[in-house]
Order: sequence, then structure tokens, then C-alpha cells
Amino acid sequence: MLWETFKLALQAILRNPMRSFLTVLGVVIGVAAVIAMVTIGAGSSAQVTSDVETLGAKRLMLTPGQARMGPSSPGTTARAFDLGDVDQLESELSSIATAAPAASGQQVVVYGNENYRTTVTGTDGRYLLASEWEIASGRKFTSAEERGRSVCILGQTVVDELFATADPIGEDIRIKSLSCEVIGVLEAKGASSFGTDQDDLILMPFKTYARRIAGSSDVPMIYLAMRDGVSTDRAISDVSALLREIRRVRPGETDDFTVRSMEQLATMLSGINSVLTGLLSAVAAVSLLVGGIGIMNIMLVSVTERTREIGIRMAVGAQAGQVLLQFLVEAIVLSALGGALGIVLGLGLAAVGAQLLSIPFIPDLSIIALAFAFSAVVGVVFGYFPARAAARLDPIEALRHQ
Amino acid sequence: MQNSKVTPLISLRGITRVYGMGEAEVRALDGVDLDVKAGEFVAIMGPSGSGKSTAMNVMGCLDSPTSGQYHFNGVEVAGLDQDQRALLRRHYLGFIFQGYNLLPRTSALQNVELPLIYKGVRRDEREARALEALDKVGLAERAHHDPSELSGGQQQRVAIARALAGDPKVILADEPTGNLDTKRSSEIMELMQALNREEGLTIVMVTHEEDMAEYADRLIWMVDGKVAFDRATQKGGK
Repeated sequence: MLWETFKLALQAILRNPMRSFLTVLGVVIGVAAVIAMVTIGAGSSAQVTSDVETLGAKRLMLTPGQARMGPSSPGTTARAFDLGDVDQLESELSSIATAAPAASGQQVVVYGNENYRTTVTGTDGRYLLASEWEIASGRKFTSAEERGRSVCILGQTVVDELFATADPIGEDIRIKSLSCEVIGVLEAKGASSFGTDQDDLILMPFKTYARRIAGSSDVPMIYLAMRDGVSTDRAISDVSALLREIRRVRPGETDDFTVRSMEQLATMLSGINSVLTGLLSAVAAVSLLVGGIGIMNIMLVSVTERTREIGIRMAVGAQAGQVLLQFLVEAIVLSALGGALGIVLGLGLAAVGAQLLSIPFIPDLSIIALAFAFSAVVGVVFGYFPARAAARLDPIEALRHQ
Repeated sequence: MQNSKVTPLISLRGITRVYGMGEAEVRALDGVDLDVKAGEFVAIMGPSGSGKSTAMNVMGCLDSPTSGQYHFNGVEVAGLDQDQRALLRRHYLGFIFQGYNLLPRTSALQNVELPLIYKGVRRDEREARALEALDKVGLAERAHHDPSELSGGQQQRVAIARALAGDPKVILADEPTGNLDTKRSSEIMELMQALNREEGLTIVMVTHEEDMAEYADRLIWMVDGKVAFDRATQKGGK
């Protein structure tokens, strides 16, 4: 009997396919939106995690002063680091494998007729070690060059902008008044999960940068790479303890520097990610509710339209419960079909979205099952009222209905 | 249980049916006593408002009487609730209506199968029985046509097949020829008469056309919710 009822429902739905489609459009859109949001959310979370791995989960960043939320206050005048600090961190801490100084600024670089604005970073060979970055062509800095020669290594984006397809190795580019020989090109890394282009930079020896471009030998940032097997917490406490000593921070005073780990960053990013996904899914879920109301509306109209049919069924012996079941099953089948359609549509959207955002496409079976079940529940909830209205009809009145 | 030699299939005693309350009260049936024996073909006539349709609805268990006793096949059914009456209709009663009342966009065969679905008959048997019923009314070849592709007379014959399919004890026909021209009307009546004589089917029919009532064995005339007279027809149907 239930199978009969199911077939009957399918027949009733297919009798007017256009109207059935429009009836469940709300559910289709709602489910599609939820599925697309959650799938893209999962993909971008996975992307963040893998990005952080390529950035180096074992990396720490040091900056002077305390990181503050909100507008920067003029009171933060913490002393910058110097190259001695860098060496000391590297040599004195067993938990730290490499320490690299970094000073950066936006500069216009010129080659021939081309000019391009990019980030110029003064650092040394340890930077590449710390960030596990390889040279694609050419070579790294020699120790002689690191004492202050005018050489530089370009990121792939800078090569593309200034040289197009030509080989940049051995050419001279100009940064401010400094003429600088290109000795290497970095391996392309692509966009980071923050959306910034990691290949849009030029590296030069720290001392060259300090003297010729920044005019200061301050080290505004230090990159640290932890040794394998060292926990992030331990590395951070080692680094903090040493820095407090070097910078003579008295016990009880707060640090006048900040240690950030990539792990913290990853946690923060996926936190933001899941909050966003949750919010968008909640909005999408509201449209599911609206879709359910749409189904209820059309089912009520359908009960009125099919009053005579109900009368006929009752006359040949259908009990009220059977009529109720018929309309309820119809609403459930209708809305489950809408749910199935929405799942297909949502996965399609997510696949396209993942392609466009270049994130992995990770369909989540449990969410798909949940969305399908939810759409069936929408059918039960919003189909019950019209079905009850049908079941309560008086057979004589129903047969007389025109 | 009963003393009469043959227990009547339908037995109404003091049946009343009152609609509305107080000032607006309408007594559609006002103490009807009526017996229908198995195998009879009974026509009920009367002016509009005489209660003939209400009597039909009560006999067909579509409606419950306000008071009185209704024995169907010896069993008291006046006090049954809606679901119990549905079961009674499902297993013992077949209906034919003036407006045919076929499901639209549904083939003749599927229409005829409808009562069998509720009887829980399996699919293949259902189809066979529905085809058999369509064959009895001479429409086996139109089994897969929609009602909209059939003439009024053909639609009514599908409706008769539907009433037959459930193998009922009684067929209740409410003005079955009301929407048909004279020629189709007599065809339908001849069919019903044949079913009554050859298959021994009990038929109760409401009509307002005396010509149609002549096909029955017995005529009941109702006025103001009461049976005015009850007599055998001239018989033979011309």
C-alpha cells in the first residue's frame, strides 16, 4: 500500500511537471545554497590548512612591540631588532634551526622601459631556508654578496611583469638609485590563502637593503624555523625567554615584542572560515523554510482543486488516514525530489566555485544526507496541514464540488 | 437472527436525517422505512427536495442517519464512524454518479482499478479484474484512453465498470443518465438491466425520468422525506 501511495504521489507530481518544479523551486534553491556553501567552505578550509603547510607550519615570526587590535597607538615605540639578535636566536636556542632577518618596503623597480611596483625585502640566505623556498633558476646569494653587493633574486610575478618571456638572469634592474644584478629567480608559490600573491617580491642581501634603500640597519622582522620535533609552544617560550633577556624586559613587564606562529594563523583563518560558512548556511537554511511554505501553499491549492478526486477516492472506500497519507507522501516526495535536485545543483555550483577559487572540491556526504533528510522533513511539516485538510473533507460535499 | 425467510440486503427503519439546527433545521429524511432484497433493481423517484439523494447517501454509507436503524445484510450500520463506513463502501458498495466522476488524466483502466487499490488487490490481478469489468461494459478496447477522449456514454460505462470491479453487493446509482441524451441513456439502462438480470446484481437508482425508472423492477416514490408509495413497475422495460 505504501509503495502504491508512493507511485500515486509520483504520478500526481508528474501530471503537472512545470508546476511541481515551480512548487519545489524554493527547496531546490535552499538545498543548493546550503550544499554549495558548506562544500566551498570545506574546500577553502582544506586550502588554508595546506597553504599553511607549504608556508611552513614550523615557522615563527618576530616583530617588535605588542600586536594590538584596532588603530595603532603612538605609544608603541619598542626598539627594533638588530642582526646580533638574529644570530643569537639561531645560535643559542636548541629549538630554533634557522633565524633570518627581514626588512621590506614597497619600491618601484625599473628594467628598460618597464617599471613595476613590488615588495623589496632585504634578508639573507637563511630566509630561503626558513621558508623552505627553492631557487627555480640562477643561484642564491654568496656570503660575499651578503656583505653588501647589489644583487637580487626575483619572484616569478616580477619576472613576468618586467621581462615577460626573456631570461632575467644577469640583467640589471634599478630600484631607487640602486642598480642591481639579477642572480636568481624563485620558485613560483602562487596565491596564499590571504589572497596575496606570494611571488610578487624581490629579495636582496639585508645589508645592501639596509644601506642603500632603507637607510637603517634595524631589523623590523625576524623569521624563525623550528627544529623538527619541537613543539610550537616550546619554541615560542624559548624565544620569548631569550628575547626578554636580550631586551632587558623586567619580570612582570609585558613583552616588548610579538611572536606569531603559522599554526596560530591557520587556526584563526579556519575559525573565520567556519564562522562565515555557518552564517551563510544559516541564511541559506532560511530559504529552505520559505521553500517549505511554498510547498504548503501549492499543496493547499492542490487539495482544493482535487476535492472531487478526494470525494471519489472516499466513495470507493479510502479512509481518512489513507487520504492523509496520500497527500503527505505527495508533499514528501515532492520536496525530497526538490532536495535531490538541489543537491545536484549545489554540488555543481560548488564544483564550479572551487574551480574559480582554485580550492579543492570536497563534497561532504554527511551534509548531503542531512540536506536530503531535511528537505523530506520540510515535506512532512508543510505537507501535514494540507493533507489533514484533505482527509477532513466530507465525501458527499467533496463529490458535489465543481 | 431475523424471522423473515430472506434477510433483506438493505433495511431502513425510521430513518431520519436532519441538517442544520433550530430555525434552519431541514428534515431531509423524515422516518423512512424501506427494504431492498438481494437481486432487486429499485428506482427511487420524487420531486427535488424529496430526500431521494439523501436516502441514497445514507444507503451508500456516505452519510449517517440522524436517527433510525439501518441494517446492511443483517448488520446494524447506522452508528458506524467515518472510517468504518469507508470500509463498508470499499467491500460491499459500488457507486455510479450523474457526472461520472472519473479521475481526469487517468486512463479508463486505472480509473476502474481504483476501488481494487483500496481493497489491497495485487497489481496483476487488479489489472485483470479491471479489464474484465471494462469488457462487461463493452469498453475493453478503450482501456488506455483518458476520460477526456471518451464520449459521455462511454465515460458512464467506465464508471459502471469501476463500480463493478470491486465486486460489490449493491450498486448505488445517482441519476446515472442525467447528463446523457435519450439514446445513450437507454444504452446505459439496458446495460444496468442486463447486469441485474444476468449477474444478479442489486441496484438502487435515483432518477427523475420515468422512462428510466421503467427499467427497474420496483419504484419507490418519495415526497417530503417520506416514502409516498412503493410498487412494482410495469416491468420489462419496453
